[in-house]
Amino acid sequence: MTKVLVVDDSNSIRDMVSFTLKSAGYQTVEAKDGQEGLSKAQGDSFDLVISDVNMPNMDGIALCTELRKLANFKFTPILMLTTESSTDMKMRGKAAGATGWLVKPFNPEKLLATIKRVVR
Amino acid sequence: MNIQAMANEIPAEGEHSIEGIDFITSGDQYLTFTLSHERYAVDILCVEEIRSWERPTIIPNSPTYIQGVINMRGVIVPIIDLRLKFSIGEASYTETTVVIVLTYQDDDASRTMGFVVDAVSDVLNVEAEEIKPAPQFGGCVPPQYIEGLINAEANVVTLLNVANLQLLEKDDNHA
Amino acid sequence: MTVDLSQFIPSFLEESFEGLELMESGLLNLQEGDSELIHSIFRAAHSIKGGAGTFGFENVTDFTHLVETLLDEMRDGRREITSEDTEILLESVDCIRLLIEAARDGEEYDNEKIEQTSKRLTATLDGKDNSKEACVNTEEVIKSPNDVEYLIHFVPELSLAKTGNDPIFLFTALAELGVLTIEADSSSLPALNDIDPLELYLSWQLKLISSASIDDIKEIFEWVEDECELDIIIIDKDNSAPSSTVQDAEQSSNEQVKEVKETQEVEVSSLTDTPNPSEVTKESTAAIKPKAKSDVGSIRVGVDKVDSLINLVGELVITQSMLSELGSDFDMSKVDRLTNGLEQLLQNTKELQESVMRIRMLPISFAFNRFPRLVHDLANKTGKDMELVIKGEQTELDKTVMEQIGDPLVHLIRNAVDHGIESSEVRLANGKPKQGVISLDAYHQGGNIVIEISDDGGGIDRENVFSKAVEKGLVDANATLTDSQVYDLLFEPGFSTAAEVTDISGRGVGMDVVKRNIQALGGRIQVDSTPGEGSTFKVNLPLTLAILDGQLVKVGTETYIIPLISIVESLQIEKEFLNRVSGDMDLYRLRDDNVPILPIYQLFNINTQCTDLDNALLVVVESDGQKVGLMVDDLLAQQQVVIKSLKDNYQQVLGISGATILGDGSVAMILDIPGMIQMALEKAQRIQLKKYPNHTDKVGEYI
Repeated sequence: MTKVLVVDDSNSIRDMVSFTLKSAGYQTVEAKDGQEGLSKAQGDSFDLVISDVNMPNMDGIALCTELRKLANFKFTPILMLTTESSTDMKMRGKAAGATGWLVKPFNPEKLLATIKRVVR
Repeated sequence: MNIQAMANEIPAEGEHSIEGIDFITSGDQYLTFTLSHERYAVDILCVEEIRSWERPTIIPNSPTYIQGVINMRGVIVPIIDLRLKFSIGEASYTETTVVIVLTYQDDDASRTMGFVVDAVSDVLNVEAEEIKPAPQFGGCVPPQYIEGLINAEANVVTLLNVANLQLLEKDDNHA
Repeated sequence: MTVDLSQFIPSFLEESFEGLELMESGLLNLQEGDSELIHSIFRAAHSIKGGAGTFGFENVTDFTHLVETLLDEMRDGRREITSEDTEILLESVDCIRLLIEAARDGEEYDNEKIEQTSKRLTATLDGKDNSKEACVNTEEVIKSPNDVEYLIHFVPELSLAKTGNDPIFLFTALAELGVLTIEADSSSLPALNDIDPLELYLSWQLKLISSASIDDIKEIFEWVEDECELDIIIIDKDNSAPSSTVQDAEQSSNEQVKEVKETQEVEVSSLTDTPNPSEVTKESTAAIKPKAKSDVGSIRVGVDKVDSLINLVGELVITQSMLSELGSDFDMSKVDRLTNGLEQLLQNTKELQESVMRIRMLPISFAFNRFPRLVHDLANKTGKDMELVIKGEQTELDKTVMEQIGDPLVHLIRNAVDHGIESSEVRLANGKPKQGVISLDAYHQGGNIVIEISDDGGGIDRENVFSKAVEKGLVDANATLTDSQVYDLLFEPGFSTAAEVTDISGRGVGMDVVKRNIQALGGRIQVDSTPGEGSTFKVNLPLTLAILDGQLVKVGTETYIIPLISIVESLQIEKEFLNRVSGDMDLYRLRDDNVPILPIYQLFNINTQCTDLDNALLVVVESDGQKVGLMVDDLLAQQQVVIKSLKDNYQQVLGISGATILGDGSVAMILDIPGMIQMALEKAQRIQLKKYPNHTDKVGEYI
């Protein structure tokens, strides 16, 4: 089963994303900031990481950078959830090694359709 | 001590004891009881349980017919003596004195109260048409409590309105 | 498959309110250079905006966007943190709160206020409002009524895989749009030895027959557009054979580059799937109908409390099975074990009860947290320099009690600001520091929680209060009252000493309502003051509403319960201290007070042998600042009782606040002291009228 790591400091967004994924048959693990996300990643392997950008303790960009340093996350798709679609944001994401981004607000259908581009 | 069994053994005045209730196909059922020599009835669906008399805790400065409150499985239930309220016969408290606990439910809430009576009798199955209106005059029971009259063989049974019965204490001021 | 988002809305609302509180307290404490704080304020606004957008609360998103922009500039250092901006932000927090509440309750909101604050925000942003994400509805989607055949040439860069993008999945996504044929071109593949497994050497030619638009296709590649060559050509069924397009593609690659660049704008348009969000809004507003006054529905419970509960229930189960075993084969030799078992049961039940009650307990900080903002605003309004000091905010109390104590506390604080703390000039003139201090404290005492509101202001002017009370006919001009009795006059309805009625504290309708609310919770309030130095209001509340500490007393054959909280002391009457006045009123001299004696048996018409005052037992209770002595036959145990309402199946009874079930299963009435005093008053009045039908003086002025 495809396993997804969902990282977001907002409970309601995190719940929503996790629920949406689960109802589509994905398995999910949640973290409330980059720090927690990183430690959950280190003990485990995932098929996809979905992370918010603005979070306390460690933001999404930093998380992405750190994940790419881990051997089993070199090629794992990492998607950033962001409210900004500026080129600047995309550049920062790319520089950190992000696979792609999802602009907020998004609806569940869009989420599911979009992640099809990077996972089964 | 099985209260229900006891209640069933209580001699119903002038009636043979009943064996059981036959399968009813239509009409409504009413529990009959006696106050002195008169017969009364209430909708059986309102009957929560039948208890033997126990001395309740007095409510200070309440009318005499309000005997007090009892604890019924954690709920505080007021006990009203119909014989005193309607001034029928003598209010005696013996081992055979019975309390009928009635619960009435309307849209907002439900209320449970116990009523002291002399004896419980059988259950009548009555069609709606059989309930005749009561005469407006005379009688010790004020008309708002009477739903109608039922003819049970040679006797007349007064059907009481449970909702109004529960409003009893509102029309009195405290002494 | 549609996913129902409405189930997450309550969680979002709760989160947002918390976020707003964070923003508010953060803004109040914000100093220049406080980087971490401004970041957390920004994040809170950002979360609210993001969530609001996701759940379809457009107006919240739009407004919060402005706030977020301002905060962003502040946190980046592009803008200084000024107090004007902080004020605007504080106002904005109020606005967001209003908007979210309106969204939650499905109601209208005060648009004017939102407009005003919006304008101020925009003004201060100096019209640098370009970041308002215009959901550009412009981009037409190229409609293909029939299926169109697309030829897609995809040449990824060598390092594409490093970003986690895998062409296979891109193609899977493409395949969902229609019929896809893939042709791989491995011409660039180097010799086996030279292959770097991390690099992508393949390129593909894809044919897609789909009714999707060219934008839909481009969208699938949006993440990799910078790392590949992408050419999408529509094959007209009539002309140009597919094979020739390979060269065509290279030639027209410049044009294609432009096309690729366009995907940026296309992204925006493809996001305007507005039908869904507005549906969600409608659902959400319908779903959140129940009007939540102040979050009444749920409680957050720490896992530790739940675990403790689970442990205690476990122990209870063990005790139960032990007793059950004992009972099944019992004889007198096992009596000791039975006693022990019952002891244990008592222990378990006590601990379980305490543990369960603790679940309803929350720290009083939830009630206190709105006060810093309140004092801040009031300080601005009155022009007085004031500070609020809070202590004991971790003290816990029952959730319902806390919800109901909020308004009375607000009034007391407002009162302290308005009438307690003097203006700066007056303070300086009196050698006091310019800044007034209002302090708020909460602590546990006995089985209660005590909340103290003190100020270091001018104190209560006794003469002023007294003369005002006389003026209003609340008290006789010749009555001699102790200081505390005078201060208690403040709680009489219709009382107000303010020269003009200020809109902050209200028209003298406040204090009596405060007192009534506190009493309704089973508590009491007293006030102490030192002229020139300040005043302290002390509120005493039971820790929980459902349980009461009571003193059991016997009158005749009846058992009654007197709330411990109102008992001053219990004593045996000594004849020498008895006095009779007005013919039939008995008074007991207790130190300096003359305490009127109320015989319960008389008030309740109970038959009892103990009617003689001499050596009778007196329980002195206090209510409304007044002491009375309740005469009882006997004092029984003190115990905690569960309060059961008489109103459910019966009605309110004067003098009785509720009932409880004693250990033996019988019902006992709980006395309501203010009610009993009233009963005594009414009875005395009736006697008076009988004796002196012509007099209409008020009876029962206690000294």
